[in-house]
Amino acid sequence: MSEQENARANGAASGGNILEARGLKMHFPIKAGVLRRTVGHVKAVDGVDLTVRRGETLGLVGESGCGKSTLARLILRLLEPTAGEVDFEGENIIGFDRKRMLSVRRNMQIIFQDPYASLNPRMTVGNIISEPLKTHSIEGDHKKRVRELLETVGLSPEHYNRYPHEFSGGQRQRIGVARAIALNPKLIICDEPVSALDVSIQAQVVNLLQDLQKEFDLTYVFIAHDLSVVKHISDRVAVMYLGKVVEIADRGGLYGEPRHPYTNSLLSAIPVPDPEKERERQRIVLTGDVPSPANPPSGCTFHTRCPRAQDYCKENEPGLEPQDGSQNGGMDSHRASCFFPVERGQKIEEPATTTPYRAEE
Amino acid sequence: MLEVNNLKTQFKTPDGVVKAVDGVSFSLEPGETLGIVGESGSGKSVTALSIMQLNPKPPVQYPEGEVLFEGEDLLKASDRKMQRIRGDDIAMIFQDPMTSLNPVFTVGNQISEAVRIHQNVSKSEAKDRAVQALRDVGIPNPEERARDYPHQFSGGMRQRAMIAMGLACNPKVLIADEPTTALDVTIQAQILELMVDLQEKFGTAIIMITHDLGVVAQLADKVMVMYAGRAVEQSGTDQVFYDPLMPYSWALLRSLPRLDTAGDVRLLPIKGQPPSLIFLPEGCNFSPRCPFAKDECRTTDPSLEEKKPGHAAACILSIEEIEARKREADEELGIEGEMSA
Repeated sequence: MSEQENARANGAASGGNILEARGLKMHFPIKAGVLRRTVGHVKAVDGVDLTVRRGETLGLVGESGCGKSTLARLILRLLEPTAGEVDFEGENIIGFDRKRMLSVRRNMQIIFQDPYASLNPRMTVGNIISEPLKTHSIEGDHKKRVRELLETVGLSPEHYNRYPHEFSGGQRQRIGVARAIALNPKLIICDEPVSALDVSIQAQVVNLLQDLQKEFDLTYVFIAHDLSVVKHISDRVAVMYLGKVVEIADRGGLYGEPRHPYTNSLLSAIPVPDPEKERERQRIVLTGDVPSPANPPSGCTFHTRCPRAQDYCKENEPGLEPQDGSQNGGMDSHRASCFFPVERGQKIEEPATTTPYRAEE
Repeated sequence: MLEVNNLKTQFKTPDGVVKAVDGVSFSLEPGETLGIVGESGSGKSVTALSIMQLNPKPPVQYPEGEVLFEGEDLLKASDRKMQRIRGDDIAMIFQDPMTSLNPVFTVGNQISEAVRIHQNVSKSEAKDRAVQALRDVGIPNPEERARDYPHQFSGGMRQRAMIAMGLACNPKVLIADEPTTALDVTIQAQILELMVDLQEKFGTAIIMITHDLGVVAQLADKVMVMYAGRAVEQSGTDQVFYDPLMPYSWALLRSLPRLDTAGDVRLLPIKGQPPSLIFLPEGCNFSPRCPFAKDECRTTDPSLEEKKPGHAAACILSIEEIEARKREADEELGIEGEMSA
């Protein structure tokens, strides 16, 4: 990990954040009736502020439908946000025209979840990987570059003329990785890159991503629903629920001292491969399902499932506030959006001792 | 109660015979949970479908072995007899609750169908039983929800409905094939807790098929690890997790990123990919990917042998050799000798 820390230190020296999102919202209209009138909105992403530091891996976790993938697409501007700004390398890319966007995309790439659906079955591996080189009119010997890339991701250069169906899931994901790094990007968004793979193959791809990060000074936004994989690969982790970031902290803080009740229950829900620990574990089982993002609950959106919720939570919406008193307000601090965060050493069922800070004002 | 002896399930295909299950044996007592783990294509699901006699026939063949349920061999049972057993004595829950429920019938209708087929009850009584089954699995307003169609249920509720259908006739054995893989973790926790509660209440024996070692650690009393159609390790859950004697089980545990450790340990991937079931490697099936393989492994095919009391593994290495290699590899990875499993 020391290399990663060095990379992060270097990154900080050469200008801190590579990406900053402010107030990002994506509300998809729901249309109904003969006239296709808009009758409501699905609030897939509803006010997200996020910074990504140069050289780090930011994990983004949450259950299906919480808006992780939509957020990724907003950052890449594959979707046009309803509101908000995205700064990439200090420039707000919302509103860039096609031409300027093309030059931005050279530095931000994506690896998709499904290695079966994200590779064109009628193109050879060589053509798939060299396509970004052509799109961005990169000069030089594309064939040679593709062979290098194939070797970098652990495939044989002879695979150049083969088709995707000739490869297994793990190998296809390597092809996806090769395509993503072809342009030497600075930022790669990994959208559930290992979820579709078998456990023994997952580790191969995770290790590959970590090696590439060291070699090419990459910054990752790593999206996954598997909190174990995210813990393994991330420096900082953000937890999303119903289109909002509800807790963000460095890895040690988030997994060691989760403050938000949702993070607490999420962590306790995951079974660990250790029978003895499993027998001793106290699980917080949440009741009910995730509410619909078309009609999110009032106040704190988690109050319908929260074991600590009180009347106050139904009426007031918590902000993402710093939790560790020492560093107040900085973007680096451990932040959670909860009126009654779980204190150190406290159990989630224990009644909250804190008073809502907003009520004090 | 359920005893599977040397089960072999093969499929004839134009490319050759696929040995999907190749000599698997296990037994199951009332109230017990057996976890079957393995990667996709290792034969877990086919084992379950062989017990239920649900493999498409042809091309399926059972050249050897027997599946004894209360003394009777299900492989030789007539279709009529199987229909009586399926859903009544042995029930199965499938992975994807959306495709395994019929979209054009109400949920209540589908559950009462199972009851009416197996038990001599009136239509209205079957309906009451369906509502009760939905109540047992924790669905709110069961009377109303029984009139809903599957698309009106969320993913977690559909899986609850599947479990309700499975348990409607109080089966003695419940086979759950990746019941929570398609669900979110908070919903998975709900479903697993429900299964444990129902098992305690009804004394059902459960066969839990999954690729998630965490789920097995949580639920299973004993474990069978499968690789390329064979059982490669079989023992109590603790033995397999704390003292794996087959290099594959050991490597699988080492390749997992874990929530309960610091997270700085580099993962040890298993190189290569699972073999094709038509062209199996010579010698031990796992030898091309095995970190401990020696020359002999590529020529000798190991059988599942008891290495320690009640702990069987398919590996030609002696216990001492395996222990030594595990220690070496852990030292290389920088894992303390005391790291639990």
